[in-house]
Amino acid sequence: MEKSGRKLDNMVHQWVFVGPMLLFFAVIVILPFLMNIYYSFTEWNGVSSEMKFVGFANYERILMEDTDFRNAFWFTTRFSIAQIVLTNAIGFALALLLTRALKTRNVLRTVFFMPNVIGGLLLGFIWQFIFVKGFASIGEATGWAFFELPWLGDAPTAFWGIVIVAVWQGAGYVMIIYIAALGNVPKDLQEAALIDGANRWQVLRNITIPLIMPAFTICLFLTISWAFKMFDLNLSLTKGGPFNSTESVALNIYQEAFRNNKYGLGTAKSLIFFVAVALISLIQVSLTKRKEVEA
Amino acid sequence: MAETEKYTAGKLALEIVGILLGLLFLVPFYFLIVNSFKGFAELQTSTSSLPKAWTFDNYSRVWDIIDFPAAFMNSFWITVLSNIGLVVLSAMAAYRILRYPSRFNRILFLLFVAAMVIPFQSIMIPLVRVADGAGLMDSMYGLIVCYFGFGVSLNLFLYHGFIRSIPLEIEEAAYVDGCSRYGLFWRIVFPLLKPITVTVVILNTLWIWNDYLLPSLILHKAELRTIPLSTYSFFGQYTKQWDLAMAALTLGILPIVIFFLALQKHIIAGITAGSVKG
Repeated sequence: MEKSGRKLDNMVHQWVFVGPMLLFFAVIVILPFLMNIYYSFTEWNGVSSEMKFVGFANYERILMEDTDFRNAFWFTTRFSIAQIVLTNAIGFALALLLTRALKTRNVLRTVFFMPNVIGGLLLGFIWQFIFVKGFASIGEATGWAFFELPWLGDAPTAFWGIVIVAVWQGAGYVMIIYIAALGNVPKDLQEAALIDGANRWQVLRNITIPLIMPAFTICLFLTISWAFKMFDLNLSLTKGGPFNSTESVALNIYQEAFRNNKYGLGTAKSLIFFVAVALISLIQVSLTKRKEVEA
Repeated sequence: MAETEKYTAGKLALEIVGILLGLLFLVPFYFLIVNSFKGFAELQTSTSSLPKAWTFDNYSRVWDIIDFPAAFMNSFWITVLSNIGLVVLSAMAAYRILRYPSRFNRILFLLFVAAMVIPFQSIMIPLVRVADGAGLMDSMYGLIVCYFGFGVSLNLFLYHGFIRSIPLEIEEAAYVDGCSRYGLFWRIVFPLLKPITVTVVILNTLWIWNDYLLPSLILHKAELRTIPLSTYSFFGQYTKQWDLAMAALTLGILPIVIFFLALQKHIIAGITAGSVKG
């Protein structure tokens, strides 16, 4: 009697503690995820009760005919590479700068991080103004060709426009992680190498960078995930234009489902997108993890 | 080494480079703020100079157009209530999963963590349907429930990692002293979680406050609009009205920038802790 009472007690404890979150998680994440898989094999406009099962027809169409989706994938790939490389390079350089004993380093850390606390949607609108009006007026004043380009008006400037804003937003975040990692590198190792005649560049390459590989793992993971999932900034800065040249996969999925009302096609795209993001993240983590070393 | 280094000419040069880079980072804010105080004609002709006469006209007009007080309160309550629910429920779930590692709980943990790689865009289409069926549409509480579902993975993961570092002896001692299992969690364990709770709240706040896509799918009524939603709808109506737009955007970023500047030490430390574990 007493034993079964304790068992019941334990059951209650389990469900009081885990139950609510499990319920929300199941309804909000797991159920839609499974429905997403099912929908991707159907043709459905999101409203009518008629949902036709079409097998792999959506996938065939996406892979064979849908040039918009292919362009969106190509844009997202190019954007991701540029964003990941530049965000990490600049974030790391800023971290190196701010781990020196500068008088202004705390203020600068705040300044470099600040763009990150503002959402992509508002940043996109702010920068739209800067590219269109601000750059034009700087161009007029200085005559520098860089500012007199038709910013956001053609495909290359729209592409680099998004990259500039994304890097400006993200560099401060990875900088914080790199600063923390650099602070944990044992000083005596670096000093010993300097005394042995290594220059600063050699110390950085052969001692510091190998020791902070875990930070690279994290920052690459974060920047990859930001780049692939970028949506808000894309929507407010260029809305995919001009002529769909800057439409990301995320935006393409959104338009397919909520603008064109092709839910079957949209879900099939989103499943392809999920597989791509999951694979790339897994490959990246396992590759960079292998390079991590102990001090 | 760094602390005892002498302030050499080289360092001064680095300092200057740093300051110039910092100013470059701030240029967008300069454009935003100075132009929000100009009339439309002046903004068109001299975009990069300071306003000749500072005017608050844009602000007073935009205040009503985007219904700033309502948008602010909506964003505020959604962020606060989502945070409270996420903190309480994730901490409880993480505690139970870690301290009673049955096979079910171990699988559950893996499931929660694995879900972190699912992009939101891979769920959003059916989510609208689920939310509709569950009565979550056009309701602030409905949106908050969605945040519970999307936030739990990272929150639970962070709590799980932190609780693991708390020695079991503390709990055992309280248990021996006659503390109930529920009292044990609330009176002993939960207060110990404060450092990671700060991290969790900061990460959630930056995410939820700035989120556009999920609220845009759930909330359609004008009176429920959050700051990003009302900014977006403003741009739909007032295209190229840059004078009003700059005031709207300044108002829009102000709360979160103040939040950041007031709590920056905690925010930067919190982000470091959160990403090193995450």
